[in-house]
Amino acid sequence: MVDWQFFALLLSNGVLIGLMYSLIALGFVLVYKATDAINFAQGEFVMIAGFLVAVALGAYGAPLWLAVALALAVMIAFGFGLERVMLRPLIGRPIVAVIMATIGLAAILRGFGPLMWGAETKPLPLPIPDEPIVWGPFFIPPIQLLGAGVSLLFLAIFGWFFLRSRQGIAMRAVADSQQVAMAMGVNVERYFALAWAMTGIVSALGGLIWGNLLGVDVHLALVGFKVFPVVILGGLDSIPGAIIGGLIVGIVENVAAGYIDPWVGGGTKDFAPYVLMILALMIRPYGIFGKQIIERV
Amino acid sequence: MLALNNIEVIYDGIILVLKGASLNVREGGITTLLGANGAGKSTTLKAISGLLRSERGEVTKGSIEFHGERVDRLPPHEIVRRGIVQVFEGRRVFEHLTAEENLIAGAHVVSDVRRVREGIERVYEYFPRLKERRAVQAGYLSGGEQQMLVIGRALMSRPRVMLLDEPSLGLAPMLVEEIFGIVQRLNREEELTVLLVEQNATLALTIAEHGYVMENGRIVLEGSADALRENADIKEFYLGLTEVGARKSYRDVKHYKRRKRWLS
Repeated sequence: MVDWQFFALLLSNGVLIGLMYSLIALGFVLVYKATDAINFAQGEFVMIAGFLVAVALGAYGAPLWLAVALALAVMIAFGFGLERVMLRPLIGRPIVAVIMATIGLAAILRGFGPLMWGAETKPLPLPIPDEPIVWGPFFIPPIQLLGAGVSLLFLAIFGWFFLRSRQGIAMRAVADSQQVAMAMGVNVERYFALAWAMTGIVSALGGLIWGNLLGVDVHLALVGFKVFPVVILGGLDSIPGAIIGGLIVGIVENVAAGYIDPWVGGGTKDFAPYVLMILALMIRPYGIFGKQIIERV
Repeated sequence: MLALNNIEVIYDGIILVLKGASLNVREGGITTLLGANGAGKSTTLKAISGLLRSERGEVTKGSIEFHGERVDRLPPHEIVRRGIVQVFEGRRVFEHLTAEENLIAGAHVVSDVRRVREGIERVYEYFPRLKERRAVQAGYLSGGEQQMLVIGRALMSRPRVMLLDEPSLGLAPMLVEEIFGIVQRLNREEELTVLLVEQNATLALTIAEHGYVMENGRIVLEGSADALRENADIKEFYLGLTEVGARKSYRDVKHYKRRKRWLS
């Protein structure tokens, strides 16, 4: 294979995988943007959603649309409920309290999924062909194309929501200052709940796509860890940042794996994004698109 | 129209900040609340707007009534819906939103989009400078523009009463005059009732018709603005004038120090 063809292949793969990372990162960004909470359970959300779809399909033989609808409904309800039960009492507490709470939640969910539905890896079949689409030098698995498409669609929808809709503006206002937003008549708690519900939607879709790609078991939650390099590169609160961060992480890990793995015997994929993350933290701690702290002089 | 009856406010379940304060805001007028730092002025405003709870404060005694309805147990968004809006001190704009987005966020309780549009135009009429700067991130506006923006933003909810907390803080005298002029215009033209908290007593007493003086969480003095301006204690402690009416000079610092009569 000619060298540039190999590179193009890695690149295209990286782009598609990267966009799928963006989808999950979007869930994280939505919560951070609205509530300033760092959700360490993002991967676990995706895992639970994956379990829901896989079990509905496999154990109950539900049609795909029903399984997806169910996962969406449960994840939205889960988002609302979580805000109500776990996060509302923490409003006004130090941010560390929320972080610890989500770490605890992550552990609970990691235990709950296998306990409820069994620890073995479940398939999550989707009615799309397995054979990759060959197009010039590119070699594209249909699931990745679907994942990237869904990602872009939802990134666009939520991007529009935040930039243009009145609710989106209110949500950004809440993120800027909860107290002032309250004084403007914004029901802050309702917006927190909305943000968590939106994360539920994104996680359900992420669970569907990543579940198909990796199979559903407790390891699906590990996808959540990739969110950190993505959002730190792109900016914790930026939707375009989630796209760009996802693309960078996807491309870097694929290209690095393609060229360095033969020398070191594998594993590059898993650490290259974090090296990048640390570099990013040293150079631009608020990310490429993250909001800068405005200081007038 | 808006009445505070003997309210007591406790923060964190232990710190007593307001110790039985009563005041009455007259419909269509400008009422001012004067007092030194830490007297409890801002707390009074937050008690009215329902924002105490976000700071772990609570109205433990007394009542707040608006048009005869008790509002001291309502959440802040319900109070905004009833027509009371608070403008914080210190120009708290939504920094990362543009000026116009700030206005849109201010109209959160107005559901009709057309009325939001009208509201924005109305704010631009009062503050033409905001129109020029509509697309700028609010964090980058100048201090005066930010103060105009927070007043404009509060107007967007179509309030009957505006609780205005120290609009003169940290602004150049000319800007302060401009902003006070606009507040007066809003009061006259929009029939907006204003409760103005100020450190700058001279200025506040020129635009208000009634005033209260607060100290240590209690109302210690009240009266018409004219009466307060003539009050010897107010002159000494808030207007910086001696009894003769001349400005105090640092040459005779060893003057007889007046006691605050209301403390005895």
